[in-house]
Amino acid sequence: MTSLPPYRAEVEFDVHATGLADFEAEVDRAIQSHGYEEAVAFAVRLAIEEAVANGINHGNRRTPGKVVKVQCRIDDREIFVAVEDEGEGFDPSSVPDPTDESNLSIPSGRGLMLMGAYMSEVRYIPPGNRVEMTYRRPVS
Amino acid sequence: MSAAARINVRHRDTGVLQIGFAEKRISDALLIQQIGDEIGKAVDAETKPRVLLSFRNVDFLSSAALSMLIGVNTRVRAKGGKLRLSEIKPEIYQMFKITKLHSLFEIFDSVDEAVKGF
Repeated sequence: MTSLPPYRAEVEFDVHATGLADFEAEVDRAIQSHGYEEAVAFAVRLAIEEAVANGINHGNRRTPGKVVKVQCRIDDREIFVAVEDEGEGFDPSSVPDPTDESNLSIPSGRGLMLMGAYMSEVRYIPPGNRVEMTYRRPVS
Repeated sequence: MSAAARINVRHRDTGVLQIGFAEKRISDALLIQQIGDEIGKAVDAETKPRVLLSFRNVDFLSSAALSMLIGVNTRVRAKGGKLRLSEIKPEIYQMFKITKLHSLFEIFDSVDEAVKGF
């Protein structure tokens, strides 16, 4: 199989996440052109969506003028996405487990869980304003 | 597009309020707020609402959209009503399973199954 050159992108999103849907569609096409399944494209789209929303809402606290930076690299082996906001960071272990019976009706805290569930690895870089997510293609 | 165009509402003969979504992708914060407001108005107009949300047209949801659904569920139950969901695509249903929200909501494969005994 001939390898495609890696897809690389670096973009910024403002408080309104202008252009996010278009960027996700571009990443979606790159993922599929590298031979990943549609379910992988869904997973990465969701992870980007959640990380950018967290960066805008919690990291940057919806401050006009602040941006969320996204780096993306896709090759035949893995998909890497880094999302960084301009906030002070946070401790992911301090977020309550949304699947706990007593938290099921609380309308928040599910974004981090979904990112962790869909990606192979999620790393929060101290002080917590940058998250690096990797999806690795299973070895056949 | 007006907020009212974000959902379509149908009153079934059985009294069930069947609501569908105009958008395939429900992730934008403003859109989610508009949808939540519109569903809220429809719910508030009912005495004891029986609400069925059909996801036939929806390809993508964010966790913020799940949060909106939790809010709708709380609102419906506060009025002594019931909320059911139907026609959720497998990849989206997986999100409900991961977050265990499949145990909070009544979820059916089809509208016909959802309206039975509602």
